[in-house]
Formats: sequence, structure tokens, C-alpha cells
Amino acid sequence: MLCIGLVGCSKKDNPVPEFQETNLAPLSIEFDNIVGARTFTLNNTGSPYKNAAGEEFTISFLQYFISNIKVETAAGKSYTVNPDSSYFLIKGADKDSRFAKVRVPEGDYAKLTFTLGVDSLRSTMPIDKRTGVLDPAAGADHENGGMYWGWNSGYIFFKYEGNSKVISDDANGDPTGKKQFKYHIGFFGGYSVPTINNIKVITMDLNAAGIAKVRKDRQSNVHLFVDLMKVFNGKTPFSIAAHPNVMFNDFSSTVAGNYVEMFKHDHTEN
Amino acid sequence: MTKKHWMVLLVFGLFVLACKKDHPIKEEIEKFLGFQKPSNFPEPVYNFANNPLTKEGFELGRALFYEPRLSRNNTISCGSCHIQSSAFTQHGHDVSHGIDDRLGTRNSPAIMNLAWSKAFMWGGGVYDLDLQPITPITTHEEMDENLENVLKKISVLPKYRALFKQAFGTEELSTARFMKALSQFMLMCVSSHSKYDQVMRKEGAVFTAEEQEGYVLFQEKCASCHSEPLFTDGSFRNNGLGVSAVNDQGLYAVTLIETDRYKFKVPSLRNLKYTAPYTHDGRFLTLDGMLEHYNSEVKDTPNLDPLLRKNGRLGIELSGTDKQKLAAFLGTLNDEAFINDKRFSEQ
Ligand code: HEC
Ligand code: HEC
Repeated sequence: MLCIGLVGCSKKDNPVPEFQETNLAPLSIEFDNIVGARTFTLNNTGSPYKNAAGEEFTISFLQYFISNIKVETAAGKSYTVNPDSSYFLIKGADKDSRFAKVRVPEGDYAKLTFTLGVDSLRSTMPIDKRTGVLDPAAGADHENGGMYWGWNSGYIFFKYEGNSKVISDDANGDPTGKKQFKYHIGFFGGYSVPTINNIKVITMDLNAAGIAKVRKDRQSNVHLFVDLMKVFNGKTPFSIAAHPNVMFNDFSSTVAGNYVEMFKHDHTEN
Repeated sequence: MTKKHWMVLLVFGLFVLACKKDHPIKEEIEKFLGFQKPSNFPEPVYNFANNPLTKEGFELGRALFYEPRLSRNNTISCGSCHIQSSAFTQHGHDVSHGIDDRLGTRNSPAIMNLAWSKAFMWGGGVYDLDLQPITPITTHEEMDENLENVLKKISVLPKYRALFKQAFGTEELSTARFMKALSQFMLMCVSSHSKYDQVMRKEGAVFTAEEQEGYVLFQEKCASCHSEPLFTDGSFRNNGLGVSAVNDQGLYAVTLIETDRYKFKVPSLRNLKYTAPYTHDGRFLTLDGMLEHYNSEVKDTPNLDPLLRKNGRLGIELSGTDKQKLAAFLGTLNDEAFINDKRFSEQ
């Protein structure tokens, strides 16, 4: 009798469960890719996108790592997902990969933090710790979506490729004549000497668009829009013609500075 | 461990040693002694705790090292570029010669004493031996394969399923196991039986007068970079080679730090007799040419090591007799036992 009573109460007032590190429930974060005001479509040559520089482009490939998910309640109680299950590879070509599914204590969360990339600790871990999406063999070679750089040990955090007519056919553009742009952004700060660090930690306040109410009996989903247009139109806008290939050079920090602005909390499904 | 355990081990050790004396070669093959740190070497830097060396792991690693299926068209193995008789370099090739006869831009370095290396490749970029093989396997001019495919090709062969089981307990073939086995083989490739080592360990050998004078010169002029007993301090430095046609900038390419331009890893000077041509792009065909570089050809390129610019002079002054003596000393670093050790050969 008491039991039923409690459940009844809970339904009515929806009280926040006590925060307990062991009382885990599912939470998902949805990385819904968009391009400016339009939906994300690969190779839509019939209706290309257009950036702030007025350049038309299409997207042929998109993958990025999301890791180290952490949530925080309005009262400031925080929980960091076990690092062994906190690495996700979001793939533009695979809709199912857009959810980062984790388990966190039951509670109401007003703040979400995650990393775009692979943190330096994991980037220097022994080979046994590099399983699943972090397996250097995963995704095979670079043409097929591999996200590991062998020659300069480390992961590619963000890999974004496409085509634009504005790209020249010479060595400054794409000498193969395919007019491809390639942004392969990595660099975690170096093993022994400090190098560029493009790891970006993103924190989102969920209050305005809806806090995440995580309970065992339901699936709370924080729905984010990830606007790829920001790569070009972010805080340091650049043109594709001027920078068609950014991989291992200082300009990678500019691209990373832009893509950190891609994320916007649209709503939460509780 | 108790005192008693130590005694047992000691007695057993003596017994093995005694056996070794009688049939040195046979005993080496039959008894797997694991990784043994030569008494004149420092502690290794490789984390053995994470990859304990076993006979089975080593043998699997050896099979993989000589396995051409690691390349796209099954023609090139690690051993194609790292040839034992050349102290695991690619003799006669200035830059590496890989799949479909494609040429790389760098000289194949020796696979030797890698347990003491903190950084790999001429220009760094790889800092963990267990991650190193990914590079040659996936490089266009080397093996042009992808790891996922290699694992697939290997896993269908009963020979490898058995070898993985022996080495790791089950047939499961993961990236980690594959890499660790290759590491086990490479870690075992210890070169420590040169005349120099025998002199240092007081095993009865003595330097000739010329070698001894060369040794003194070496300590004075070369040892600050090629430090004993590994003959490298493991650092990256610019030793004044003129900028190459492909403008290889060494360490800079992986750090993008201005002061790293044209710095390359200081190579060991062991086994020079077998490892010509020399330097990162194999530009020197002879030791004499290399020594003359230090004497008169050092170029003032960005980040030239200060040791090579003293009292307003570029390079290291070496007279004809100095060079002769140095060459005599460097000759004591050749390790014939290493290049002939059957354990490291393709079986
Ligand atoms: C086509 C020739 C070629 C093949 C095949 C090849 N290597 Fe190499 N290896 C090289 C070259 C060239 C370098 C130096 C590369 C550099 O400095 O950028 C190198 C470097 C290395 C190093 C670093 C040594 C040091 O002291 O820094 C190791 C270890 C190594 N190779 C192991 C392997 C293994 C294991 C395989 C097989 C999976 C292999 N190699 C296949 C040519 C080759
Ligand atoms: C300032 C540090 C430094 C000093 C001093 C120095 N070296 Fe070197 N040495 C290097 C570096 C760095 C390389 C590799 C350069 C490259 O490939 O770009 C090298 C390469 C070599 C090589 C080629 C080895 C191979 O396997 O390719 C030989 C031989 C050599 N040095 C001998 C000497 C001798 C003999 C002396 C003393 C007369 C000496 N070095 C002094 C830094 C030094």
C-alpha cells in the first residue's frame, strides 16, 4: 500500500531523486548536424550550401569525436561519466551514430559539459586502452574514415571534407582537380613537448531550452544542433578558397576556434 | 620473495649459465631467457609491466615482422626494409624502398635497442613502440595497407590463430595484441655484444692503442650527443646537414615549433659497418664522408646545435689521423653476434 502511495506521489509532484553516484539511469545527447538554416545532407550537389564568403560548397564526409561527458545539477552536484565509456564518434554518414548514450545518476541536470576531441590523457594511453572507436584500426584507412594519425601519434578530432568550385587546381588547392576541401583537425598538446592544443571543452547551460530530467524509467535526450556552417562563419570567418586544406598547421587552431561555436541546445526530450 | 626463492633462482641461473658455456648456440635457441638488460646498459624505458615478454609472444612477433600480408599486395614485410644482416636497416638504399617500388623520403633506421628509446622515427611523432607499426603499415610509400584489413587477413590463417592463442591465451586478434607481439620481437633485438661492450664489461677484450685513442677523441668530440652506452642521448638535434631537396624539417613537422626546425633524432652509432648509408636521408655512403661532414661541411641552418659552432668555427675539427682513430673506435661498436643471431631471423 505504502509503495503504491509513493509512486502515486512521485507521478504528481515529480520530485527530484536524491543524487546518488550509484543510482544510474540513461541519458542521451543527440548531435543533430545542420548547416546554417538547412538540414545536413551529404553531396547535395543540386543545391549546395553557401558560406558567409559567398562560396558554394557540398559536404562529402563528416566525423568527430565527442568525449568526457559531465553533467551538473542546478545545486552544483556534478557527475563525470566513467572515461572507459565516454568516447563517441559521430558520423555524418551514419544517422544512428548521432547519439552519445551514457549513464548518470538520476537527477535534474542544468549543465552539460563535453569535449570535442580526445583528451591528452587518453591520447597517450597504452594500446590496450584504445578500444572501440579509439582503436587505431577502426574505420580502416583515412579514405574510409580512419581517425588516427600514425606518423604523429594522435587522433583526428574533427574530419570535415567536401567540394567547392572555388578551389584552385594547383598545389594551393587540390592538384587532383577534384576541388576538394579537407579539414582534419587534431593535436592534443604533445606527448613530451607542448604543441598546439585543439582540444575543446564545451559547456552548455540547459536552463533556457530545457533541463534534463534523468530517471530510470525514461530516456532523457538532450537535443543539440551542430551547425557545420560555423566552421567557416565562426568567430574568425575564413574562405574555402584561401584555406582549402587544413590538417597539420597553425591554422588548425583557427578552425578549432570556429567549430567550438557549432553547438546549440535546441531542446530536451524528457 | 623470500630468501629461499632467491637462492633457487640463483642456483637455476648458474645452472643455465653453465649450460650456456657448453653449447652456446643451441642453448640460446632452446632457452628463452626473456629480455635481459646488459649489465653496462641503463634501465630500459619501455613499460614491460604492460607487455610481459614471453617466448610465444616473441615468436608471434617475429612471424608478424616477416609477414608480407602486412602490406596491401602481400609483397612487403617489415623485414623487407629492416634487414637483419644490415642491423635491421635497408642496406644500399638511401631512402626506403617500399610497395610497388615506391620510394620514401627517409632512410630505414636500425631496429636495435629500442627498449631504451623514448621517441621513434627520425623526426619523432611516435612515442610508444606499441603504436609505431601503424605508421609503416598505413603509409602510402611503405606498405599502403590499413590495419583493419591486416587483422582480417591474418585472422583467417590457422597458423596465426594458433600463435595468438599460444601467446595470449585465446585466439582473439585485437589491435593491442598485434602491436604488443611486434613490440616483443623488436624489444628482444638487443645489440650488446660488440667489442666495446666486452671491454666495458671487462670480459677479457682490450682496445688496441688506436681504438683507445679513438675512444678518447670520441668522448671529447662526439659523446655529448652520441652518448654511451647506447651512443645516442635520444634527443633531437640539428647536426648541420644542408637542407635536403624535399626540405625535410624533422621534428618541426610534428610539433610546428620554430626551434624544432631541422632537428633529427641522434642515431646510435652501433653497427655502422652494416648500416650505411647514413643520416635521415641516407646521403652519406661512407663513414669517412660522415666524418668529413663534421670536419668541414657543417652548414649554418636554423637551430644548428651550439656544440657545432665553437669559437666562431662551424663543425668539429678532425685531422686525418683523428678520423682514422675515430673510425677504429667506431669499428669496435660492430656486433657480429647481433646480425647473425638466429633468433631474430625469418624462420
Ligand atoms: C618501405 C620500408 C619500410 C617498411 C616496410 C617498414 N619500415 Fe620501419 N621504418 C622505415 C623508415 C624509412 C623509417 C624511418 C621513418 C621516419 O623516420 O619517418 C622506419 C622506422 C621504424 C621504426 C623506428 C625506429 C627508430 O629508432 O626510431 C621502427 C620501430 C620500425 N620502423 C618498425 C617497423 C615495423 C614493425 C614494420 C612492419 C610493420 C616496419 N617498420 C616496416 C622503413 C620501413
Ligand atoms: C650536436 C650533436 C652531435 C654531435 C656533437 C655529433 N653528432 Fe653525429 N649525429 C647527430 C645527429 C642529430 C645525427 C642525425 C642527423 C640526421 O640524420 O639528420 C647524427 C648522425 C651521425 C652519423 C650517422 C649515423 C646513421 O646511422 O645514420 C654518424 C656516423 C655520426 N653522427 C657520427 C658522429 C661522430 C663520429 C661525431 C664526433 C666527431 C658526431 N657524430 C658528433 C648529432 C651529433
